[in-house]
Amino acid sequence: MTSNPLLDKFVGRRLSPMTLLFSLFVPTFAVAQANSAADGFAALSAEERGLAIAEEADRREEGFGDQIAVMTMTLRNRHGQESTRELRIKTLEVRDDGDKSLAVFDRPRDVQGTVLLTYSHAIGNDDQWLYLPALRRVKRISSNNKSGPFMGSEFAYEDISSQEVDKYTYRFLREEDLDGVAMFVVERIPAYENSGYTRQIAWIDQAEYRTQKVEFYDRRDGLLKTLIASGFEQYLDQYWRPGRMDMENHQTGKSTTLAWSGYEFKTGLRDRDFDQNSLRRVR
Amino acid sequence: MRTSPRGLIAGCLLAIGPGALEAQLVTGEIELETRGFPRAPLYDGQLHNNLSLRFQPELYVAWDVGRTTFTLEPFVRLDLADGRRTHVDIREFTFVRAWSAIELRVGIAKVFWGVTESQHLVDVINQTDLVENLDGEDKLGQPMVNMSFIQPWGVIDLFVLPWFRQRTFAGQGGRLRFPITVDNDQAVFESSAGRHHVDWAIRWSHAVGSWDLGVSHFSGTGREPRLEPGMNGASEPVLIPHYDQTDQTGIDVQFTVDSWLWKFEGISRTGIDERLWALTAGLEYTLYGVFDGLADVGLLAEYLWDSRENSLAPPFDDDIAGGFRFAFNDTQSSELLAVAVIDRSGSGSFVSVEGNRRVGDSWTVGLESRGFIGVQPSDPLFALRRDVYVGVTVTRYF
Repeated sequence: MTSNPLLDKFVGRRLSPMTLLFSLFVPTFAVAQANSAADGFAALSAEERGLAIAEEADRREEGFGDQIAVMTMTLRNRHGQESTRELRIKTLEVRDDGDKSLAVFDRPRDVQGTVLLTYSHAIGNDDQWLYLPALRRVKRISSNNKSGPFMGSEFAYEDISSQEVDKYTYRFLREEDLDGVAMFVVERIPAYENSGYTRQIAWIDQAEYRTQKVEFYDRRDGLLKTLIASGFEQYLDQYWRPGRMDMENHQTGKSTTLAWSGYEFKTGLRDRDFDQNSLRRVR
Repeated sequence: MRTSPRGLIAGCLLAIGPGALEAQLVTGEIELETRGFPRAPLYDGQLHNNLSLRFQPELYVAWDVGRTTFTLEPFVRLDLADGRRTHVDIREFTFVRAWSAIELRVGIAKVFWGVTESQHLVDVINQTDLVENLDGEDKLGQPMVNMSFIQPWGVIDLFVLPWFRQRTFAGQGGRLRFPITVDNDQAVFESSAGRHHVDWAIRWSHAVGSWDLGVSHFSGTGREPRLEPGMNGASEPVLIPHYDQTDQTGIDVQFTVDSWLWKFEGISRTGIDERLWALTAGLEYTLYGVFDGLADVGLLAEYLWDSRENSLAPPFDDDIAGGFRFAFNDTQSSELLAVAVIDRSGSGSFVSVEGNRRVGDSWTVGLESRGFIGVQPSDPLFALRRDVYVGVTVTRYF
C-alpha cells in the first residue's frame, strides 16, 4: 500500500470571488433603487439586504466562461520561517451549479504533477478526484473536510472553495469606510455542514462589490483569522481579481499570503478539459 | 550553435506536434534507499543490509492547451546486494491526443484501475515490478494502443497490448525471495506466440453522483505467473514462471458519502483448471481535525477473499486488512500509514508501516517497515519469515 500523496487533498477554486453583491435585477428592488438608494435599502430587512449584496456580487461574476491563474502561497510560522507552494488553477464556469476546477501542483517538488479536480455544488458536498502521478491513479476523495488546512496553510478548504450564494445566510450590518473606501459590512453564516466558523464578517466595497476584508470567527465565536485582499485589477472590463490575499491567524500567529499572477479569461476551455481523462494528461 | 539535448528533443517533438507549445517540463527524482533486515538471512548470498539508488527523470511536453502530450519517463535502479533488483525500465513513452469525444494514447504507459487499498485485483494492464517493493504497486511500462471514447454515460477504453512484460523477482543476493530463485529466462508461455501474444482489454467507467463505477475485461497472457520447480543450465534448482492465457472480468465500485468511502472490487478469472473468483471489499472513514484541530486520521478496513484452495491460494485468500492513516497537515506534509493484513485462519499476517515528511522544498525523507509475521510452515511465504525490514529513503526532487 502506498500512502496518499503528501497532500491529502486540496481545493482549487475560483478564488477571486469572495465577492458578494446585491442584485439590481430583483424587480421590486430595482424600482426602489430608481427613487432613492437609501429608501430602497430601508425597505429591506437586514437579511434581505445582505442577500441582495451577495447576489449582486455573484451577478457581476457571471459570464467569465473560463479562467486560468497561477497561485503562489507563502506560509509563515510565528518565527517568520517561510515555505512556498505553487499551483496552476483552471476554472470552468458552470451555469446553474458550482464551477469545475482543475488545480495542478508545481511546488513543492514532491507533489509536482498532483492534480485535483473539483465539481463544486451550491448545495451538498463537492465532487473531488485526486490524481496521484506516481501510481497513475485517479482517486475519488471525500470533500467533507471543510475546516481543515489547505496544504498546511492558514486557508481552510472552505475559504478557497467556490463561493456560491447559497452557501451562506446573510445579514447586512452597516456601511462604513475602510481606508477611505465606502464599504458594505455583511455578516454571513455558513449554511453548509462541518464549517469551522460560526460566522464571517465581510467588507465589500460599494463601488465594485469586491470583498476587501473578511473576519472569521471560530466555533467558540472568537476571532480566528483576518483576510485582506489587495491589488485588485479588472479583466475584460468586468471581472475584478485580487493580486494578493493575506490571511492572518490571530490565535497561532501564523500567516499565509496568496499571490496571483497570469490571469487569463475565456481561453476556450471545455468540459473535456475537466474530466478524469484530462487528469492523466495534465502536469 | 549550442543545443542542449533537452532542447533538441523538444524541438523535434515540436516539429511534429500540432498546435502551439503549452508546456515543457523536465522533472524527476533521485532516491537513496537503505534497508536493514534485523533477522539473520536464511539463504546463501543474502545480507543484513542493503543500499540502493533510484533515478527517475521525466520529460513532459504539451501542445494545443494540453490536448496533445508527450511523456518520457525512464527508470533506473541500482542495487548493491541484488543484481536482479538492478534494472532499468521505460515507465512511460507515450503520445496522447485528445479530441472532443475520443482520446488516443500510443506508446509505453501505465494504467491504474480500481478503488481498494490493500490489494488491486482489477488492475491488470501493467505487470508488477515486484522486485521494487513487496506492496506490488510499482509497475513496469506496458506497450499499448489505448483509445478512449468519452460519452455522457461513461468512458469506454479499448486497449491493444502487443508485448508482454515478465514479473520481476529478487535474485540470489536479494532478501524477500524463496529458497531457490526465479529464472525468468526459462519462462514458459501457454500461447505459442510467447511474449508477442497480443492481449486486449476493454473497460467502461463512469462517475455518477456519489458513485464511481468500473467494469472491465482483459483477455490475454495472465500477469500472475505460476512458479514451477525446474533446473537452470548449471543444473541448479530454480523456479520457472509459467504464464497462462486468461480471461478476467472485473468490477470496481466506490460510493463516497460525507467522510466515508465504501469500496468494492471483484474479479472472475479463467485459470488452468478452474474458474477463480476473488474480491476486496471495505471502507475508509476519515476523522478530520484531531490533535489540535489540524491532523486527519483515516481508518481503513477491508476484507480480502479468493476462491483458490490450498497450494494455489494467494497470500490473501481469507484475510482482514485494517489500518490507519495520519495526515498531520503541517508545513512538511508529514504522513503515516500503518496497515496489517491478517489471515483469518491464523496462517500469518502482513504488516506495513510507512511514513513520509518533506524537508525544505525539494527533499523528502521516508520510513518504511514491512514484512510477513507468524507465517505457518505450510504457507509458501514461510520462506520470507525472516525478511521483515526497516527502510529509510531520502529523495531529491528536481
